[in-house]
Amino acid sequence: MRSKAKRLAATSVAIVTAATVLAGCSGSSGSGSGADGDTLTLWTHNAGNAAEYKVVQQIVDDFNASQGKYKVRIQAFPQGSYNDAVVAAASARKLPCILDADGPNVPNWAWGGYLAPLDMSGSETAVADQLPSTVGTYDDKLYAFGHYDVALTMFARKSVLQAHGIRIPTIDRPWTADEFTSALAALKASGTFEHPLEMGTGGSGEWWPYAYSPQLQSFGGDLVDRSDYKSAKGALDGPEAVAWATWFRSLVTDGYMAQKGGSSPNDDFLNGKSAIEWDGSWDAAKNAEKLGDDLAILPPVDFGQGPKIGGASWQWGMSATCGNKAGAQEYLKFSRKTQYFVDFAKATGTIPATAAASAQIPGYQPGGPYEVFTQEARKFAVVRPVTPAYPYVSSVFEKTAKDILAGADPKKALSQAADQIDANLKSNNYYAG
Amino acid sequence: MTTLLPRAGARPPGRGPRTAARRRERLTALGMVSPAVLLLLVFFVIPVVLAFALAFTSARLISPTPAHFVGLRNFTLLFQDPVFFRSLLNTAVFAAVVVPVQAGLALALALLVNTKVGGTNFFRTVYFVPVVTSMVVISIVWMFLYQKTGLVNHLIDTFSLGHLHGPDWLNDPSTALPAIIFMSVWQGVGFHMVIWLSGLQTIPADLHEAAAIDGADRWARFRHVTWPGLRATRTFVLITITIDALRLFTQVNVMTQGGPLDSTTTVVYQAVHTGYDQQQTAYASAISLVFFVLVLAVSLVQRFLTREKD
Amino acid sequence: MATTPTPAPGPRRRTLRRIPGHLLRSALALLFVFPVVFMLISSFKPDQQIFADLGSIKAFLPVGQLSLDNYTAVFDRVPAGRFLLNSIVISAVTVVLGIVVNSLAAFALSRMRWPGRRLLLVLIIATLIVPFETFALPLVWWVNKLPWLELNGFHLALTEGWLDTYRVQILPFVANAFSVFLFHQYFQSIPKELDEAARMDGASWFGIYRRIVMPLSGPAVATVAILTFLPMWNSYLWPLMVVQDENLRPVMVGIQYFFQLNVSWGQIMAYSTMITVPVLALFLAFQRSFINSIASSGVKG
Repeated sequence: MRSKAKRLAATSVAIVTAATVLAGCSGSSGSGSGADGDTLTLWTHNAGNAAEYKVVQQIVDDFNASQGKYKVRIQAFPQGSYNDAVVAAASARKLPCILDADGPNVPNWAWGGYLAPLDMSGSETAVADQLPSTVGTYDDKLYAFGHYDVALTMFARKSVLQAHGIRIPTIDRPWTADEFTSALAALKASGTFEHPLEMGTGGSGEWWPYAYSPQLQSFGGDLVDRSDYKSAKGALDGPEAVAWATWFRSLVTDGYMAQKGGSSPNDDFLNGKSAIEWDGSWDAAKNAEKLGDDLAILPPVDFGQGPKIGGASWQWGMSATCGNKAGAQEYLKFSRKTQYFVDFAKATGTIPATAAASAQIPGYQPGGPYEVFTQEARKFAVVRPVTPAYPYVSSVFEKTAKDILAGADPKKALSQAADQIDANLKSNNYYAG
Repeated sequence: MTTLLPRAGARPPGRGPRTAARRRERLTALGMVSPAVLLLLVFFVIPVVLAFALAFTSARLISPTPAHFVGLRNFTLLFQDPVFFRSLLNTAVFAAVVVPVQAGLALALALLVNTKVGGTNFFRTVYFVPVVTSMVVISIVWMFLYQKTGLVNHLIDTFSLGHLHGPDWLNDPSTALPAIIFMSVWQGVGFHMVIWLSGLQTIPADLHEAAAIDGADRWARFRHVTWPGLRATRTFVLITITIDALRLFTQVNVMTQGGPLDSTTTVVYQAVHTGYDQQQTAYASAISLVFFVLVLAVSLVQRFLTREKD
Repeated sequence: MATTPTPAPGPRRRTLRRIPGHLLRSALALLFVFPVVFMLISSFKPDQQIFADLGSIKAFLPVGQLSLDNYTAVFDRVPAGRFLLNSIVISAVTVVLGIVVNSLAAFALSRMRWPGRRLLLVLIIATLIVPFETFALPLVWWVNKLPWLELNGFHLALTEGWLDTYRVQILPFVANAFSVFLFHQYFQSIPKELDEAARMDGASWFGIYRRIVMPLSGPAVATVAILTFLPMWNSYLWPLMVVQDENLRPVMVGIQYFFQLNVSWGQIMAYSTMITVPVLALFLAFQRSFINSIASSGVKG
């Protein structure tokens, strides 16, 4: 009995000591990650998104079959937690060689040393031929490229607009702010809609800056001052921004829009709960299928500085810690065949990044019903601020916009947001190298 | 904690065997706690110390430059941050309401189903259903129910015969936190009902019988037999609910993200939000550290006060 | 079954007195299941209909176009079987290890005399105050440095880094202050005279733990089992951070698969139903021993 107790204690001590010693011994393990010889790991945000995942898999299969040297292996993550997985992997120095990134995060990841600059010369598609919003650059270097972009747009039923005597706007003659307001007033007055406008305010996260900062820009404001990215003052809290915020809040107080929209805005629109939906091009195919010719795809409203939409969607890059950069670049170059631009856009209902690809996709060809999206992306797209501070700016904007909708004083809320962003920029030394 | 009471029962006289027995007891005890202590050391103490140490640095979630020591800068910023104080307040309010309400309702439920009437097993299980459903899923479902035109308001409308109209629960700064409180109690109460039930079972039935024979009514029996018999259970229930309440995060993260107008932001939510979404790792660590010290201080004071009374 | 039911006067009055109690119990039952019924019913409806029904009692009724489409879609989207299996393995192993490790510690803390035990108990309880999310990232970095002995062919090999394993999802959650605390509270209600008597008969401490205290602690074991099982079943942040291989992911990570540009709410409801049912079944299986076992255990002092 006595020896049993001693043995128990002794074993425990031995385990502690061993664990501590071993933990201490294990130093850093080599420099590269994400590659085991010529087998490279690729990460994508597409777990659960079979359509887009299949395209990635197709490219990888084709690449693996096309040559004998490298082998690419896919690991997919659910989009909602993709960034957490990447950050965790980076902190453990376990980033894959090839990974995709949401466009606005590219500067942050490049600055943070996650991504390495790319040289895509010699691939089938020239980077210069892409929609500008599908190219991720930082410090004048190419860090990522996307196969597609998406466009913000408004959906409505032609029959509903006509019944209320509302003009159907076109790309060349979008609604003005006044026209938009009187359209909403007419729809509201009909009594058919409790909230005629659905802007997706039930969402959260990156949707907020993506969906609403273009309206701020159309008013003449912006998230930060883009001349040197050193302050948000003036851009985010100037008179134009206050005008935007006042208008934004008035949509709620006038009863045109719910302070928090439904959990599935597109279903609400299709169910006839809302008349006009501010949404993305990704819902176009579904809406067209349900509404047929009655579907009206409307360009964004011009609030003064021209219509604006957000630019940049998911893009591909290479990690800075990649242990086999030659192989990663080889794969990325291979993926730049027009065929794959076509496949991605078709599978996801998005805008192909090149004209060559557009020509091959029904609906996106010149004169097709979705050509309007390509035009929007070319004419109206504004990329989100190209600064490593973007994730912070985005988070502050989301909270501020929500507060404004909930009734916060526009001027005060915006100036507080600008102060916070400025303090963050300053405390990070303006994100210099 | 009554373990220090002198033991009844004789011990063999003589110094030698006795000290040997004590030493053996000590060694065995050490062996028995060491797996748990070792695991806590490796998977809790070390990472927490690392996390807290970050509070004194410039660490960011993503950064090209290594973190450096910045002294108390993060704490100075923290104490000027109105959102932090709002988070503290909300957390305190949440705990202050949820702890007594959930513990009390759980006890009431336990008494209600602690009978031999048919169907008790059925009711116990039904009350437990929300507990086994993931909080993420529950929050999603209640978001639907709480909508302005959702089911909760529909019911209010029906039962008041159209006289009352519910608010837009989660979008009104005055109702968002109460809505989350209600849902959280609803979700957790079944679990603590079960804990109370297992406590009730430890009370010997003959005590109740004796009291009944003495002519004690139900309330008297509850006060003099049941309540004292639940002493250990009580401590456990109160501490677990309190800790859970102070860690309020998932519901807020799914349903309101701290809004509207900071009316539902909590300390843990703020720590996660600034640490992950805003990438300010050091600042988030400072929030966690301050919160840890605060809660520890409160619970030590509480322990000290209750000990004096004993 | 000599438990606590309140002895009541006459049989007739008893029946009458029970009616309000029954009504109350049933009303409460409705309150507790209605959101879950909503989840179940919605899992059979297409999205557009879920939202059309949302504001009325129809949300709880199996009306409209019902189908199993959401369930088939779930299997197309998520390797649900694999995830369920992983979750069962991870949760079960954690529960078993947790019961052993934490009850051993609680036994030493509550029934044995040694210096520092009160302080240790306070320290262990204090660990509850720090939410997991706040030290998750340092923990990722740290577990990636931990060594592990691996049987490689016929000789042991030392490997570094715990990412992409089952153990990284299990071992950090084995030692649990809640469980230690619950066992501690429970063990204190078991009379110490039992130990004394056994000591006199020459039993070892470990023997007392194994043959006297643990057999009397059925409800505590069941409570700890559920207490450990639920958070393990529901964990998603940690597995996402430390598991890159899809084959090792647990069920809650699967929920994230449905939040795409267009959220498929019907599928979320179907998947939620699928992952909730096993837990409920488990509770049903457990609850008898959980609640009723004490009656026969003789903790009457």
